[in-house]
Amino acid sequence: MSSSTLSTILFALFVAFTLVLVFRAGRSTKKSSDFYDGGGSFSGFQNGLAIAGDYMSAASFLGIAGTIALFGYDGFLYSIGFLVAWLVALLLIAEPLRNSGRFTMGDVLAFRMKQRPVRGAAATSTLVVSVFYLMAQMVGAGALVSLLLGITDPGAKSWIIGGVGILMIIYVTVGGMKGTTYVQIVKAFLLMIGAVLMTFMVLWTFHFNISDLLGAAAEKSGKHAAFLEPGLKFGKEIINPETGLVDAGKTLISKLDLISLGMALVLGTAGLPHILIRFYTVPTAKAARKSVNWAIGNIGAFYLMTIALGFGAAALLSRTNLFRGYKVDVTGCLIDAKGVAIANGSAACTTLENVGTLSADAKKLLVPVDPSGNVAAPQLAEFLGGGQGTTGGAIMLAVIGAIAFATILAVVAGLTLASSSSFAHDLYANVIKRGSVSQEKEVRVAKISAIVIGLIAIVLAIGAQSMNVAFLVAIAFAIAASGNLPAVLYSLFWKKFNTRGAVWAIYGGLASALILLVFSPNVTGAETSLLKLSEVGFRFDYFPLANPGLVSIPLGFFFGWLGTVTSNERNTQKYAELEVRSMTGAALGKAAVH
Amino acid sequence: MGSSEQDRVWAETQASPEFQDLKRKFRGFAFPLTIAFLAWYFLYVILTAFARAWISTPVIGNINIALILGLLQFASTFLIMWLYERHSSKNLDAASEKIRDKVDKELAK
Repeated sequence: MSSSTLSTILFALFVAFTLVLVFRAGRSTKKSSDFYDGGGSFSGFQNGLAIAGDYMSAASFLGIAGTIALFGYDGFLYSIGFLVAWLVALLLIAEPLRNSGRFTMGDVLAFRMKQRPVRGAAATSTLVVSVFYLMAQMVGAGALVSLLLGITDPGAKSWIIGGVGILMIIYVTVGGMKGTTYVQIVKAFLLMIGAVLMTFMVLWTFHFNISDLLGAAAEKSGKHAAFLEPGLKFGKEIINPETGLVDAGKTLISKLDLISLGMALVLGTAGLPHILIRFYTVPTAKAARKSVNWAIGNIGAFYLMTIALGFGAAALLSRTNLFRGYKVDVTGCLIDAKGVAIANGSAACTTLENVGTLSADAKKLLVPVDPSGNVAAPQLAEFLGGGQGTTGGAIMLAVIGAIAFATILAVVAGLTLASSSSFAHDLYANVIKRGSVSQEKEVRVAKISAIVIGLIAIVLAIGAQSMNVAFLVAIAFAIAASGNLPAVLYSLFWKKFNTRGAVWAIYGGLASALILLVFSPNVTGAETSLLKLSEVGFRFDYFPLANPGLVSIPLGFFFGWLGTVTSNERNTQKYAELEVRSMTGAALGKAAVH
Repeated sequence: MGSSEQDRVWAETQASPEFQDLKRKFRGFAFPLTIAFLAWYFLYVILTAFARAWISTPVIGNINIALILGLLQFASTFLIMWLYERHSSKNLDAASEKIRDKVDKELAK
């Protein structure tokens, strides 16, 4: 049996198992509000696993391992930022949020404000962040499946994206928060087992000597010691091609971009709506704190293992294999970026099999099919199982492939739930209907919006198949840190904060991040841009950083402050209530009287 | 209980010495710790960007300062988590539950 068949069977088993869980969760749902918070009765341990399952997306598992495999140390920076970020959630957000809100981020933001403008803003930024994140995951699903199952036909890929979308709609509409939580717990469990197994096998290969593992990776990479040092991907020294000297200005920008990324990673997590609503699934603030502890334990252990996985892939896989393959034309000839066949001595055509016979100069023309290294982890699994063509290799590849796919599915379900909750609870019930709507009706709207959001994500993801997954994830983190985090922190801790402050913080941070992104090199000005310079011939990359966080996050805080001090509205009375509630959990679950 | 009476309960609780003490114990611990771990994290990121030569110095075998600093970020995260858990369960949980019960009782009147 081939690994793609086995992979399909294993994944089908996962889907069948989780569907049973979800349908049972759907049947056991009593109150309609359970859709939002799963009855609020999960334990800290269960929720901790679910948070880990919700948080560790394909970007974590495949992306970080792949980035380390290709660029060495720099990939590790992601692991650190993604983990340290949890301290913001632990120390400042989890407990007060659990105590003062019920279903959405908007609950806390609008607590002492005018409901309609603040909830409208909260729903807008929830939807923007979640849809970007959702697109990244769905595009990742398409790329992963085509590489694992050997499907490259865009039509078939679209079908797979559609299938993922429909599954996630079923999970969310049938199981609500409870069903989604079960799926995430199962996924977190599987992911940890897969990672522990592979880490153990890598370390076994190197007799548990980390230094040897690193040394082997550095040698194989051809970069030697530089592979173990920062600087191959982020904060590079830029050489001026004319003078051959370091270009001080461009180098500084590249280093600032690294700091900007670090800032977005560490401050983005606590502003992600699908993470914030997970704190409502436990009964008390103490349980919310325990769940973050469990999540930090799980996530930290996992990110430590990415060192072994990434450097293991670099040390054990051949560089050619690591990129999986190179661009070929319809006849199977390797082609360069312009589509011209790459000559090999006297032969005009070189096939993938004899890529090793190419001269060093000719090799430079190759176009890697998967330059992001997203398949490093599954390939490492295949190698550890015995290599390509062996039964052990096929089994390992199938298992890890199925786990990666389960990972994506659990995350997209969490995102859909967060955005449909916010749409129904913030936008529909409180902005459109001004609070006069029954809970049953509200949840019905949430389910319908889950279907609509799912369908929109499917269409967007099919259209965005060629976009870079890391780019989309970086947008989501930067927007969350700029638009949501300042407003959430001010709401919980600043007495003077008011409606205008909240609205300005959210829209100001959101707009700053989005506008800077549009004028960044991500969109125009380079060959790696969304609109390739050589294809469109125009550019408007006036903002030099790829990640807007360094500027847009402080702007989010600034707009929140400016809006607050220019408005006379003060809610001292409501702040007393918010402060007592958030610190103690008094009147938990009872809505504030507006 | 009317809305204005509820408001009075919230305001009186907020002004009470027990609550102010709880708030001070929470903020006095969480805020400095937040500043400390953010400073420590950004120090690491800035060193990664601007002190390449130093951070690349090998220490044991192929393990360099950069990797050790990265692992220390993991260690400090786990340490802070443990410190906060200890502080909360020792100094905050009981006080916060006591105030909660009192407020809930008064609100139910």
